[in-house]
Amino acid sequence: MKSVLGPAAVLAVLLLAWEVLHLAVANTGLPSPLATLMQLVVLLGEAEFWAHASQTAQAFAAAVVLSTVGGIALGILLGMNRTAGTVSEPILVNLYSLPKVTLYPVVLLIFGLGISARIAFGIMHGMIPLTLFTMNAILQMKPVYRRSAAVMGLTPWQTSVSVVLPAILPEVITGARLGVSLCLLGVLIGEMFASRNGLGYMVMHAMERGDMPTVLAVALLLAIVALLVNAALLALDRAWRH
Amino acid sequence: MTREGWIRLVVVAAAVAALEIACRTGWIPTTVVIPPSAMATSLYDILVSGTHWGDILVSLRSVAAAGVLAIGLGFLVGAVIHALPPVRSAAEPLLASYYAVPTFMFYPVFIILFGVGSAAIVAIAVLLAIVAMISATLIGLDRIPRVLGKTALIMRMGPVERAFRISLPAAMPYLFTGVKLAVAYAFIGVIASEFILSGAGMGYAIAYAYNNFNNREMYGLMLLIVVLVTIVNTALDAVDRRLQARLRR
Repeated sequence: MKSVLGPAAVLAVLLLAWEVLHLAVANTGLPSPLATLMQLVVLLGEAEFWAHASQTAQAFAAAVVLSTVGGIALGILLGMNRTAGTVSEPILVNLYSLPKVTLYPVVLLIFGLGISARIAFGIMHGMIPLTLFTMNAILQMKPVYRRSAAVMGLTPWQTSVSVVLPAILPEVITGARLGVSLCLLGVLIGEMFASRNGLGYMVMHAMERGDMPTVLAVALLLAIVALLVNAALLALDRAWRH
Repeated sequence: MTREGWIRLVVVAAAVAALEIACRTGWIPTTVVIPPSAMATSLYDILVSGTHWGDILVSLRSVAAAGVLAIGLGFLVGAVIHALPPVRSAAEPLLASYYAVPTFMFYPVFIILFGVGSAAIVAIAVLLAIVAMISATLIGLDRIPRVLGKTALIMRMGPVERAFRISLPAAMPYLFTGVKLAVAYAFIGVIASEFILSGAGMGYAIAYAYNNFNNREMYGLMLLIVVLVTIVNTALDAVDRRLQARLRR
C-alpha cells in the first residue's frame, strides 16, 4: 500500500504545480489540468482522433514486433561469438547515443512518405538496445549451459531456442522495455515531421492552430499509455525472474 | 590498438566502401543516398565556405546550455532527494519509469509557452537529460563507502570540506556516467527539436536541405553531426572508463 501512496503523493504535487503554473501564466495559454482532462474526454469521442490513433498504433505495433524479433536475432548472432560481440559493442553504443532524427530524411528517401518510413524509424530506435542487452546477456551467460548443449549434440538452432533464449530471458525483457518505449518515440517523431496522419501529426497540427488543450491532452494520453505499457512489461519481468 | 579494435576499423571501413561502390555503380540511386566520398567533400565545402557556421554555433550553444543546466540542476535535485528518504522512496518509481514516456511530445507545449526559439529547445533538452543526472547522483551518493564518512569525522572536517574532499571525489565515477548520459540526451533533444520545428541550428539546416531536395548539403550536414557526436561521446566515454577503472583498484 505504501508503495502506491508515495508515487501518488508525488503525482498530486505535480498536478498542483501544474495548476499553480496555469494560474501564474493566466491567459498566455497553459490550460489547467481539469481543462486538459475535459479536452481529452472530448477527443476520445471524436472519430478523427481514433483514425489518427489507429495509424500510430499500427506503426507502433509493427515497429515493436519487427524490432523485437530483429533485435533478439541479431543479439544472439553477435553474442554467440565473443570476438563479434566485442567488435560490435562500441559501434552499437555509439549508434544508440546518436541523435537518430538526423537520419530520418534518409529513411524518408528510402521508404517514401507513408507509414513504412515511420515503422522503419521506430525500428531504428528500438532495435539497438534490445540487441545490446541480448548480446551482453549471452556473453555473460554461464559457460556450462553452452557446454551442456554441445554435449547433448544440439544444433545451433536448437541451442538458441531451448538453451540460450530461456537463460537470457530476464535481460531480454529489460531490453524490450527500453526498446518498446524508444519504438514509440521513433514512431511519434516520424509523425511529427512530413506526415499527414498519426498522433504526432495531430499534436503538431494542434500546435500550429495554437490549440493548447489538444496538444496537452494528446501528450498526456501518450505519457499514460507509455507508463502502462512499461508497468505491464515490468510485471512480466518480475514474474519471469522467479 | 587491440585486435578487436582493428577488426572494428576494418568492418566500418568495409561498410563505407560497400556503400561507396553501391552508389557509384548506380545500384543505390544518388537521389536516395550519395556516395560517402561525396558526403565528405560536401562537409569540407560546408566548413570552408562558412555558410553553416551560424547554425553550428546555435546548436552547440543550445547543447552547452541544456547540458550545463541538466547536470547542475540534476545534481542539486539528486542531492536534495538523497537527503530526504521519504521523498526519495516516493519519487523513485517515477524516476525509474521516466524514460518510458515520450517526453519529446511536450516540445509543442514549450513552443506555445516560449515561442519558436532556443528557450523552448533548451527546455525540452533539459527535460530529457535531467533525470539521467538525478539517477546517477542518487546512485553515486549511495555508493560512497561508509568508512570514508567515518574518516571525515575523525579528521574533524566541516560539511563543506567533507563534501569537496570526500563525498564528491568518492561519488565522481557514478556522477560522470550521469554527465555522459546527460550530454548525449542534450544532443538528441536539441537536434531533434531543431529538426521538427525551429528557425536555426544544424537540425533545422538538415530539415531545410531535405525540403529543398538539396541532398548533397543534407548528407554533408548529417556527416558533420554524426562525426561531432561520435567524437564527443567517445571522449566522454574514455574519461568514464578511466574513472570506472579507479573504482576497481
